[in-house]
Amino acid sequence: MIAVINYGAGNLPNAVRALEYVQAPIEVVTDPAAVLAADAVVLPGVGATADTMRSLREMGMDSAIRAVIARGTPFLGICVGMQVLAEQSEEFGLHECLGLVPGTIRRFDQGLKVPQIGWNSVQHDGSALWEGIPNGAEFYFVHSYYLATNDAALVAGRTEYGLTFPAAIARDNITAVQFHPEKSGQWGLKLLGNWVELARGRALGIRDRD
Amino acid sequence: MLTRRIIPCLDVKAGRVVKGISFLNHRDAGDPVQLAAFYNESGADELVFYDITASSDERNIMVEVVEQVARQVFIPLTVGGGIRSVDDMYRMLRAGADKVSINTAAVLNPQLIEDGAKRFGSQCIVLSMDARRINEPGQPSQWNVFTHTGRDPRPTGLDAIEWAKRVVDLGAGELVINSMDADGTGAGYDNELLAAISAQVGVPVIASGGAGKPEHLLAALHEGQADAVLAASIFHFGTYTVEAVKDYLAAQGIPMRRTPRPV
Repeated sequence: MIAVINYGAGNLPNAVRALEYVQAPIEVVTDPAAVLAADAVVLPGVGATADTMRSLREMGMDSAIRAVIARGTPFLGICVGMQVLAEQSEEFGLHECLGLVPGTIRRFDQGLKVPQIGWNSVQHDGSALWEGIPNGAEFYFVHSYYLATNDAALVAGRTEYGLTFPAAIARDNITAVQFHPEKSGQWGLKLLGNWVELARGRALGIRDRD
Repeated sequence: MLTRRIIPCLDVKAGRVVKGISFLNHRDAGDPVQLAAFYNESGADELVFYDITASSDERNIMVEVVEQVARQVFIPLTVGGGIRSVDDMYRMLRAGADKVSINTAAVLNPQLIEDGAKRFGSQCIVLSMDARRINEPGQPSQWNVFTHTGRDPRPTGLDAIEWAKRVVDLGAGELVINSMDADGTGAGYDNELLAAISAQVGVPVIASGGAGKPEHLLAALHEGQADAVLAASIFHFGTYTVEAVKDYLAAQGIPMRRTPRPV
């Protein structure tokens, strides 16, 4: 079972609809115990990192997310669900995030239209997450902040908006995207389907080892 | 590179799309789901559903329409028309809309913009305005905001550029600028109005009203500095497909999202 964490994120219903469309065996959960019991975990999101971190802490989800990531459970973060993985965020005052990937969440420069809203192309690393998706395909972005990281090996996809920023990151069992795959037409659905397949492979492996 | 967006706008009444689309030979041209799927396949970057229903029964049907479309079509959906409260916004967003568009209700109660943005985020709140030129020929350009433009346009006395700045301060995440002078003429968008507003706000500006041919969309993106163009009749009447318009704009050097062609 793939747990989709419900902490009140605005895009939860549409993320659920898209995962259902690609036949993912999902369950929407609000209980950290259900996250700990899941074979894979999706953290959707739209909005501010500070609010999201507060909601996750109040629900006890922060430690559940840390635990499942430490144990190797496939994890997909979407938009703010990617940003909270960073060490810290500068949105509404510097504050701590989950610290599961190196980097800081920064605002786009003055002089750009912020939020970035619309379809932007992603230069990807050709890994299995992108199977069947052309390099340079466009995905739908809505965000004012991005992950600034020095860890080039973490970055699985890059996008330009005033500067080059990580559109997607991947390391071990962590996958996260800044864009909204649930709103990115056929490429977004393809990416979600690819992730579900990868998660299936990994989750079976985990069970085998147990 | 961030692409410019092409956004067809569909009028929905009692669960049916009005203003039929004659070129959809094998489809039900009034079915919102089929039309949304058609526009999605032909490369539309977003869709706007404009609810022109009158009764509350019909409004409930609209919620079902949004739900059905959101289960089948995975591009951004905006719903406008009849949204007067944060609760109205919530119903549409929960049904699957990504954004809600408000117009008259925002003029009557600007607090609605701030309340909506605080609750759902600015990216959900699209402010749509109907503006008409009020200066005499030869005088400096000036536009005022009108409400109730469908039935009996009422002047608000608000300057369009000042109103645009104010609604962005209140939290609107995108602006749809509809020129009442250009709307329905097919003679092109009011690019001077678009450029004047685009220069003053830091959020995306969407051109509306006046599109008759692809050159008009190009002018709105170039001279009007618009980030996106909304159009209804040029697509609905089958004069141009979204694909053909995108081909033209891409050939003119405008960054466009290209979608794979069905084989």
